[in-house]
Amino acid sequence: MTITEDRAADAATPEIGRARTRKEDARLITGRTRWTDNIQLPGMLHLAMVRSPFAHATITAINTDEARKAPGVVGVVTGADIKDVQGAVANAWPITADQKTPDHLPVVVEHVACAGEIVAVVAARTAAEARDAAELVDVDYDELPAVLDLKEAVKDEVLAHPALGTNTSAVWTLDSAAQGSGTDVEDEIAAARSDGVVIEREFRQQRLIPAFMEPRSTVCDPTGEQMTVWTSTQVPHILRFLVAATTGIPESKVRIIAPDVGGGFGGKLQTTPEEFATIAVARRLGKPCKYTETRSESLLSGHHGRDQWQKLTLSARKDGTVTGLKVELLADLGAYIGVVGGGVPVLGAWMFNSIYKFAAYHFTVRTMLTNKTWVDAYRGAGRPEATFAIERMMDELAAELGRDPLEVREQNWITHDEFPFTSVAGMTYDTGNYEAATAKAKALFGYDELRAEQRRRRESKDPVQLGIGISTFTEMCGLAPSRILGTLNYGAGGWESASIRMLATGKVEVLTGVSPHGQGHETAWSQIVADRLGVPFEDVEVLHGDTQISSKGMDTYGSRSLVVGAEAVVRAADKVIDKAKVVAAHLLEASVDDIEFTAGKFGVKGTDKGVTMPEVALATWTGHNLPDGVEPSLDADATFDPENFSFPHGTHLCAMEVDTETGATSMRKYVCVDDIGTIINPLIVEGQVHGGLVQGIAQALWEGAEYDDQGTLVTGSFVDYTLPTSADTISFVTDHTTSPSTYTALGTKGVGEAGAIASTPAVVNAIVDAVRPLGVDDVVMPCTPERVWKAIQAGRAVSTEGDRDAQPHFDEGAPNQDPGAASPESTSDGSQS
Amino acid sequence: MTRITMTVDGVSYSDEVEPRTLLVQYLRESLGKTGTVIGCDTSNCGACTVHLDGTSVKSCNVLAVQADGHEVTTIEGLAENGELHPVQQAFHECHALQCGYCTPGMIMQACDVLKNNPDPSEQEIREGLEGNLCRCTGYHNIVKAVQQAAGAMSSSSASSASSAGSAGSQAVSS
Ligand code: FES
Ligand code: FES
Repeated sequence: MTITEDRAADAATPEIGRARTRKEDARLITGRTRWTDNIQLPGMLHLAMVRSPFAHATITAINTDEARKAPGVVGVVTGADIKDVQGAVANAWPITADQKTPDHLPVVVEHVACAGEIVAVVAARTAAEARDAAELVDVDYDELPAVLDLKEAVKDEVLAHPALGTNTSAVWTLDSAAQGSGTDVEDEIAAARSDGVVIEREFRQQRLIPAFMEPRSTVCDPTGEQMTVWTSTQVPHILRFLVAATTGIPESKVRIIAPDVGGGFGGKLQTTPEEFATIAVARRLGKPCKYTETRSESLLSGHHGRDQWQKLTLSARKDGTVTGLKVELLADLGAYIGVVGGGVPVLGAWMFNSIYKFAAYHFTVRTMLTNKTWVDAYRGAGRPEATFAIERMMDELAAELGRDPLEVREQNWITHDEFPFTSVAGMTYDTGNYEAATAKAKALFGYDELRAEQRRRRESKDPVQLGIGISTFTEMCGLAPSRILGTLNYGAGGWESASIRMLATGKVEVLTGVSPHGQGHETAWSQIVADRLGVPFEDVEVLHGDTQISSKGMDTYGSRSLVVGAEAVVRAADKVIDKAKVVAAHLLEASVDDIEFTAGKFGVKGTDKGVTMPEVALATWTGHNLPDGVEPSLDADATFDPENFSFPHGTHLCAMEVDTETGATSMRKYVCVDDIGTIINPLIVEGQVHGGLVQGIAQALWEGAEYDDQGTLVTGSFVDYTLPTSADTISFVTDHTTSPSTYTALGTKGVGEAGAIASTPAVVNAIVDAVRPLGVDDVVMPCTPERVWKAIQAGRAVSTEGDRDAQPHFDEGAPNQDPGAASPESTSDGSQS
Repeated sequence: MTRITMTVDGVSYSDEVEPRTLLVQYLRESLGKTGTVIGCDTSNCGACTVHLDGTSVKSCNVLAVQADGHEVTTIEGLAENGELHPVQQAFHECHALQCGYCTPGMIMQACDVLKNNPDPSEQEIREGLEGNLCRCTGYHNIVKAVQQAAGAMSSSSASSASSAGSAGSQAVSS
């Protein structure tokens, strides 16, 4: 398919596909890592933020006198002090032309729209002095009524931003009939109502917090020729652009460095109020300043993820063939619209139909403003929400038909010989093989044996029931073709940039515009370049995350680094080879057309003459003997703009045990077989899958950001926002099938988000499957033991269906029956008689 | 201010500190031991884990003055004679880290788990690391790394009781 594959086949040990241990590890396992918070500059001041405790308020007065007098305090800065220079926190993707977008100031001047907003900044000699003095800043607030509930917000009775006149930010629609990619969904649903099956459900995607482990930190040194900002971000290039665009500082005067960054998962793709505030205060005081958030500040003020109500209507024929899918979303943006903002649910628009051949599809999302922390991308961004909904619906359809859920999926999915396939949403999937991934997953899982065990346990009325959850997902990766982004009103392109510098000693520097924060790009890019240029893995140095070094880029998110960023690297390498060929031909006294490049060596066809890449690099550097008109440089730049998204897929199978007496759940087995195209480094890929799985499982079982009725985040620390620990999780079985992407030179499809996208519905489907005979057809996430227990007691869906008869939880007169255990919510149709 | 004296990674230090200073702040801000990091403000994450007289502690949960007169080992003092500790080596080989933020604390805690139980089961490892959060790896490879390190340490202690801490390991090249 590609030069790489051909050449790699000849090479003794191709780097691509090798489980290389990571170059990055040496500093990370010895404590020599360069986190932003580690930076100490001479004369540096430390900042502390004064934050609003109210969800919605007007500031009437701020008294900073006491704070200014406190020991070590150099300055106290309010929003009014910097209102013309602080810039703004931007939304790059207004999803409709008339989207309502509230102004988002880094340090608020008058109007507070969510708890945690920055009201003033204290600068002091030490962090402790700054925090002490922050306590002394006296702010008077007039509290305003806050709108917190998403469904309440629709009524517009209380407004999050009174000046906007409504809480609705935008309504965005995709209609297969209107765009010509399918039939009319209402027709399909009407047909199914009279002679088919219609499934209607409403699901809640709870609010999550990305909870990267490194709290965000920013250091700004405003004193050099270029203002230098070190910050724990996924998006140094986007930050540079937005700092320049919103503060008026010339872009050429801004240098952003993302040093080692401790995780992101979308949580660090924002340009943050804290970054802008740090820059503004540092410039005002003319001193380097550092701000590092506490974990509580991070959970409160870093953007959150998900938070949707999803209403779905699926129509099918009686034989199980799906016909129509209608999706109505209500998405909570929180108080402001982040850099992607309403684009997050829109990214899901092409994915609800997933791998299934619907005839008709209609998607609409209403994005809402509320007085809570703003919501933006979190691992998967729109696609986990879509995958959850459709995979839950396919299970519900199977249950309605009384058939095996895997069989119903197979009946409806795109078969491997139907690719390339244009979906009802209008996306063209290039490759995939759902049958192969599913067959492998079933074998690894022991699907038939576990189904048999499930039957036995049902028959024996075992108090611990077994459920099997399925998720045959796909996703779209590789954000994004610039032209498509343009049609969607996105404010930037989706290309990626790379440069390769051939050093005189034969070593190679690779500059990449993507900005890793744990993904192992230094290792994977080295493997790719080593194969491409035929140089040793060790001789490749990958540089990133500093706008002075790698000056162009669109950064890392949306599983784009490999499928877009590495494609630019490959193209830069190919340009180097083309340039080197000319020099090699000259050195070998041959025609360029006769030069072959194989495994790092330029040879002359039909002879054994040859020069190596390092030899050509040295000859080019000396410049003593070059062909006329050839510049003494092999260096090359490339910018790659993808033509399409890529579409990884996979089959995830999960077995959950549910104790029907307590509601406790435990994971028995998890198997996933992903098709992510060509694999560069299996070790890194496995790691991405494992981490994604646990984040997705955590959404299903444990995590949720909760507010009280005052708008205070009650899950504001790691005591209450319960990340899974090693003791909560199990080891996974992961494997792969491979159908290389035809959209990328390397055949890769992206893997960063797959685990998080696929696993949530697999887990919830398993829990529901375990207790479906007890009359349960949904459990709201996170599926805590309490919720599972209540669902069993109620014997019906928590959120959707009307009353129906439940099977008795305990056998009548059984000795372990506890009449006192009836929950107040349990209804009379339960068994607590 | 209170004067404290302690040995950190083999070097003796004596400083005046505010009594409220946390051990982790003293390590990072006064001694420049930035290998030890802070991940939370509620003693939940374990990112700050170090050894105090050979036993793991969360250094955000200890005052610097409480460590007065004691011996502290951080991630920066774990490798000996340029050789990685077997747990560090195993984390590298098993890809037990991604962003690496939890890694110093995780490695220090893993050492403690293995000290108390040289041959732990998967479940014992999982329970032993329960106080250390990782958002990247899903723990799968961390557990594997601790199992591998246990094997490496027991075989090296069997072959050479005197150099159990570092035998069998090799430096990571970068
Ligand atoms: S920083 Fe010590 S436990 Fe989190
Ligand atoms: S490796 Fe990133 S938190 Fe553990």
